[in-house]
Parts: sequence; structure tokens; C-alpha cells
Amino acid sequence: MEFRSHTLDNGLEVIAEVGSKAYSTALGFFVNTGSRDETDELSGVSHFLEHMVFKGTPTRSAEDVNRELDEIGSQSNAFTSEEQTVFYARVLPEYQGRALDLLSDIMRPSLRDEDFNIEKQVILEEIAKYEDQPPFGAFEKCMAAHFVEHPLAHSILGTQESVGALTSEQMRSYFEQRYSPGNIVLVASGNVDFDQLVADADRRCGSWQRFDAPRETPRAASHTGLEVIKKDAAAQEYVVQVANGPASEDDDRFAARLLATALGDDSGSRLFWELVDTGLAEFASMSPYEFQGTGIVLTYLACRPEDTAAGLQRVRQVFERAEKSGISEEELLRVKSKICSELVRQSESPARRLFAVGSNWLQRRAYMTVRETVDAYQATETTDLAAVLEKYPLTASTTVAIGPLSQLAASA
Amino acid sequence: MANEVHTHQFANGLTLLAEPMEWLESAACALLVPVGSSSDPQSLPGLSNFTCEMVQRGCGGRTSRQFVEALELLGVDSSGSVSNAFSSFTGAMLAENLFDALTIYADVVRRPELPEEQLEDGRLVCIQEVVSHDDDLAHQVMVELRRRRYPDPFSRVRYGTVEGIKAITLDDIRQHFQAFYQPQGAILSVAGKVDWPRLRDHVAERFADWSGTAAEPVETPPAATEYCHINHESSQTHVGISYANVPYSHNDYFQAHGAVGVLSGGMSSRLFTEVREKRGLCYTVSASCETVRKRGAVVCYAGTTTERAQETLDVIVAELIRLRDGVHAEELQRLQARIKSSLIMVQESSTARSGQIAWDWYHLGRVRTLHELNTIVDGLTCDSINAFLVDNPPRDFRVVTLGAQRLEMPRGIS
Repeated sequence: MEFRSHTLDNGLEVIAEVGSKAYSTALGFFVNTGSRDETDELSGVSHFLEHMVFKGTPTRSAEDVNRELDEIGSQSNAFTSEEQTVFYARVLPEYQGRALDLLSDIMRPSLRDEDFNIEKQVILEEIAKYEDQPPFGAFEKCMAAHFVEHPLAHSILGTQESVGALTSEQMRSYFEQRYSPGNIVLVASGNVDFDQLVADADRRCGSWQRFDAPRETPRAASHTGLEVIKKDAAAQEYVVQVANGPASEDDDRFAARLLATALGDDSGSRLFWELVDTGLAEFASMSPYEFQGTGIVLTYLACRPEDTAAGLQRVRQVFERAEKSGISEEELLRVKSKICSELVRQSESPARRLFAVGSNWLQRRAYMTVRETVDAYQATETTDLAAVLEKYPLTASTTVAIGPLSQLAASA
Repeated sequence: MANEVHTHQFANGLTLLAEPMEWLESAACALLVPVGSSSDPQSLPGLSNFTCEMVQRGCGGRTSRQFVEALELLGVDSSGSVSNAFSSFTGAMLAENLFDALTIYADVVRRPELPEEQLEDGRLVCIQEVVSHDDDLAHQVMVELRRRRYPDPFSRVRYGTVEGIKAITLDDIRQHFQAFYQPQGAILSVAGKVDWPRLRDHVAERFADWSGTAAEPVETPPAATEYCHINHESSQTHVGISYANVPYSHNDYFQAHGAVGVLSGGMSSRLFTEVREKRGLCYTVSASCETVRKRGAVVCYAGTTTERAQETLDVIVAELIRLRDGVHAEELQRLQARIKSSLIMVQESSTARSGQIAWDWYHLGRVRTLHELNTIVDGLTCDSINAFLVDNPPRDFRVVTLGAQRLEMPRGIS
């Protein structure tokens, strides 16, 4: 594997992890924009715009875009998160040029009114779909409650009301504030012809005008609270807890991930043995998410309504015991083995490496090989995990429960 | 492109399959034992799932916790699950740990402890699995659709019922294990960085002295209702449609697969274009071929808000009927490009290949290499697909909807 990078005159960075033996090439435009860059009024615009990017350009209709993506046999898609909007394609190496031609073209979309109005219906259907699906918006509601005035309080999809009220002018204006070449990175992995990629990118993207696209990245204040939302149509109770954790630029993020795996991986963790193996909960897990400037550790519990209070009490006991006595050497050894094995297996897929490499660059302007990442985990000690627990107590969290219950004991 | 799959049939009926992928560092395995929900007694739905849960609660002298921790130390991403036909134990790992993992899996299927003190926890886990589906509305639609398509016991859900699981005793589990955890018809598939002679020897050591044969299930035909609506106060109406199709083992399967690929799959497919792109009727719409034992079907799904559900159903059915008129050359070319590219890319995944070769063996009694699949896809033509569609036009639809309002069946539906 070889890392290559280049910056075009207009600020667009091109980076690649090149492995010439790979069967495929993965390419993606990573835009440094997401729900945290929205105002309340624009809630959902980043994700809606992600859909509209596929709706055509001055030289291609939406049907042309879809047809051409299929013609080159690509596996392509896009996603929007709190801080990234990513458009990617996985193709055979001989289609690198055509894939870049297509992806770079759609990054300057027409945003036509007629397409906007039809696609708005699709977005409203997507919102309705998640309203019917566990955990029934508990994650978004918990983020909103935890982050309060912080930009990470915004939901990615937005609401029926916010998306319903969006206009195409507002979307164009958002595009003009966020899709600056200086705010976009072209990422590639796998069997990549890097020199050709740079030459093609320069030809296709070199004329994009640069402008400032700033982002606020404040630390989040600590927040605690409990909200219970009654939903009669639900059979099970779904609980999401958010506590603060390391930010994407913090070195203790490796310790936080090892800790979350030891305490809350979906198999073999303390929460698994306490709650899932005993049949008290259908699901109990924990995972860290890092954002620029701040991070969270998210705990998710799904169980029968009548078991919820007891389940939450067990979760709290698991956290309290960890805060008091830490994680054992044997546990740490097992979670290191789990995470490092997963990292090496991941590296066999250029598509999966694309997201790791791209996200790392967007968040930290840094490249890490798989080996360096494995070494960072291996070098972590139980005292590092204890330090994370002290800095970010898991017991200081915001809780949202959705399901048949109308109340839960405050001790939860 | 990979063109070699090793097979070895042991005298006890176990088949070992291996696809070497020496360019990878990983290996993946799948051990399929021929016991699934179709093997459950009528009075105890969920017995196979409960048994699968219990065999993982300690085996070969290990406690439940020691079993999980041993796999974790080896860095094995492991899971056990039940389908209609099989109980499967799968693992993905670094290749150097494959043999140690297989030793553990041999204990799971041959020497489980089935400990009494784990019975009630195991029961609760199985009940959780049943009730977790109460909130999965799309899944409920698919379950009802299968009940209207396939005979019992092949239309059964894998997880049984709460009542069935409550009635199961440890003796039931022990007897079920004795009767069905047998090598006859079992498949062990491995893909990744493996050395075939060493693998075969290791598996022989762990599995060759296993013996026994399990009983075959008896069929009861399905209820023949065309339309079923389930009332539910949901935001969306969930629509499921199915029609009969050839199964995976049929000579014409890839003709059917081609036709359905034109309908759904890529971003330029007909359903995506007509239902979502042009009309904005839904976020999710799909169609796919499914094979259950010796029977096949095409299954379509869409989720859409109540007021637009009727139009969604009408448009999908119109597209199914239009498929009878055949597919076009450009559509076929795009489909071939997509399939051929995925055949090359699958070489990056040992997990995908270990699953696929086991599936092939079960349905075909042999494994198609990627090279052979590529040749089949190259051989597809509009004429061959359209001739298939003339003989097998989409018709006799079964429809299940779940939502706030019952729908009208479109005219010309059957």
C-alpha cells in the first residue's frame, strides 16, 4: 500500500491509498458538510442535497446519471452524516476514468425545481420509513436532548415540517456556501492510477471556484436528563443514552473504542453477559462516535417494556463498576484481538478502506496505515481506559426512551 | 478469475468445500447442519432455534463464557443462526486462526454441554427474538407473503412462537439435537487463504468419526388467498407482492435472474426509475429472486405513506405485467456489466464466497466457480430471457399489505 496526495490550485485535495493488486477501485468525493452545518430552518438540507446531486447536471439528466453508473457496473451510493456528505463508486480498475468523469460532473448539480419537488416526496417517504422502524427516532431525539444548542443537536434527515418547508433557493444557497473545492476531498483506494486520477481531477474539477466554508467545532457541555416518549404502536421499549467522549482529534479515541468494545460490544462484552445472554434485553450495545471538537459514547438498549427499568439499572451498574474498578488485562487482550482482526479483514476491501482513509483525512488531515492503526490499539493500556472513564464518566448521560411506557423511574 | 473449488465428501455424508483465495490474509467458514425451523415438531415451533441457542452455551468442556472468549481471543467474528433449512455457524478471521476455530465449531455441533442452568436464560433469549419482530413491519409482510406461497413447514419463520418456546423442555432439546445434528447433508465451506490438503486433514480429524442421518420434513400446501391486509397504525403502508419463479437449481434460473435484474437492482432499473425516480412514491422499492428448497418466487417490496400506497401498488403491478413484453438490449448490457463487476469484486471477500459455495452445494450438489458464472452471464441474451418470460410470465400474484388502509387489487392482476 502506498499513500499519495496532491492539492489542486483551487484547494481540492486528492488522496489515495494505492494497492496495485486489488481487484477494484473505490472513489469518492468527501464533502465536509452535514447536519451540524445547518440552521434549524435548514434542517435536513444536507441529506436532501445528497439526493439532489444524483438528479442531473447541465449535460446529464437524472436518468443519464443512473444509467451511466450502471453501465460501468459500479456499486455506487452516497450518505450523509452529522459532518460529512460522501458520494462514492466502487468499480473495476478500467473504469476509474469514467467513474471520475461521472462523479465529478454530478458534484456540480443543476438542482432543477421539478426534480426538487419529486425528490422532496422521496425524502418525506424516507422520514416516514424511519418513523415506522425501531428505534423510532430515539437516536435523533437523544442527540437533540444531549446537545441542546450545540450544532450536533440537528438531525440528519430533518423533520416532515423542516423538509416540507425547504425551497430550492435555500438549497442552492446552501450548496454555494458548502461545496467549495477547499471543503471537498477526492479520495481513492485500491487499484488506483494516481497520476491519471490527479490529471483527470484537474481537468474536471480545476475550474470550481473556491470560497470559505467555515465550521464551528465547540466542545459539548456535559448534559444529563431523562425523557420518556410514549408510542403505543411500538411493542418493545427502545432506549438510547448519550454520554460525552473523545473528539476525532483526541488521541484517547483508541482507548475509548477499546473501552466501548469491552463494555458494550454486541457479543462477549459486559453488557452482553448482563443483559443479552440472560434474555433481559433483545439488544444492548455501546459504541463511540467521534466528531470534530467533541465526541459521544452511545448506548442502545431494546427490551420488553416491563424489563426496561431493571435493564437500565443493570446498565448503570455495569458503568459504575467500570468507573470504580476499570477493565481487566484479560478483557483488554480479547478486545484488542477482536478489533485488530476486524481491521485487517477490513483492509481486504478497497471500498471499506475508502471510508476509513477519507474520514480520517476529513477529520484530522492525517493518513494512517492499517498497521499504524493496529499498533495504536496494541499500545493502549488498561490505565488509558481508566483515564477515559474518569474524563468522560458514562454515568453522566442523557437518556431517551421510546415505546409503550409513559414513565420510567428517575434513578434510570 | 478464481476457477478452483475443492470438494471432499466424507463417508458420513458431510461435505467439505474450499475456495482458496491466496491473495487474502483472511479466511471465513460456514458450518451448515441440516436442521432448521422446517424440522420443528408442529407442537414446538422454535425448537431448532432454541437448540441452536443452547449448543452455543458451552461445548467440549467449555462453559458458555469460555466458548465466547476462546473465539474472541482468536479474533473470530462468529455467529450462529437458524434458517428454515439449516442451523449455521459462521466465522470470519485471520487465516492463521482457522484451524483452531474449526476445532471449536466441531465441539459446538458434536459435543455441546446443553447445560440445565442455562436453559431459562436461553429461553428468554429465544423469546426476545420472537417479540423483536413485532416492531419490524416489513418483515411481517414478508412472513405473510411466504405463508401464501410455500407449503408448511418451508414457509415457517426461523424463530418459532412464544408459546412454542415456553413449552420446550431440556429433554426436547436433547432429543432434537440427537435426531438432527447429523453429518448426512451437513456442509462445511471455507474460503480465503487456505491450504487444501492441510484443511482436509484437519477437518477429517475433527469430523470424520461423526455419524448419523436426520429425518426429512413432511409438506402441507399453503392457503390460496390472493390478497391479505393487516391493519396497523403505521406512518407507511408496507406492500409485498410475490409470484412463482424457477428455483436456483433450475436450468433457466439465470434467465429469471436476468429478468428480475432489469426490474430491480441497479439505479437505472425499472422499479427504481418508475416508482421512485419519476413519481417519488417511496424511498424503498425492490424485487428479488428467492429460493426455498425446490421452489422459487420473485418477491417485491415497497414502503410508502398511506395516501400513496394504492398508486405504488398499481405502478409496481403494471411494471410486473410489462415485464411479460420482454427486456431490451441496453438493459441487459447494463445488467451484465453490474453482475460481471460484482463477480470480480467478490474475490475481495472470503465471507461472501464461503457463504456462496455452501449455497451452491446445497441447491446444486456442486459449486459453480466464478469463471463458470461469468460464462453463464456472458451467454445471456435478450432472446433467451424473453423466451423464458413468454413461458413464465409474471402472474398469479400474491399480495400482502400492512398499514392503516386496505388497498384495491389492480385489474388484470392475475
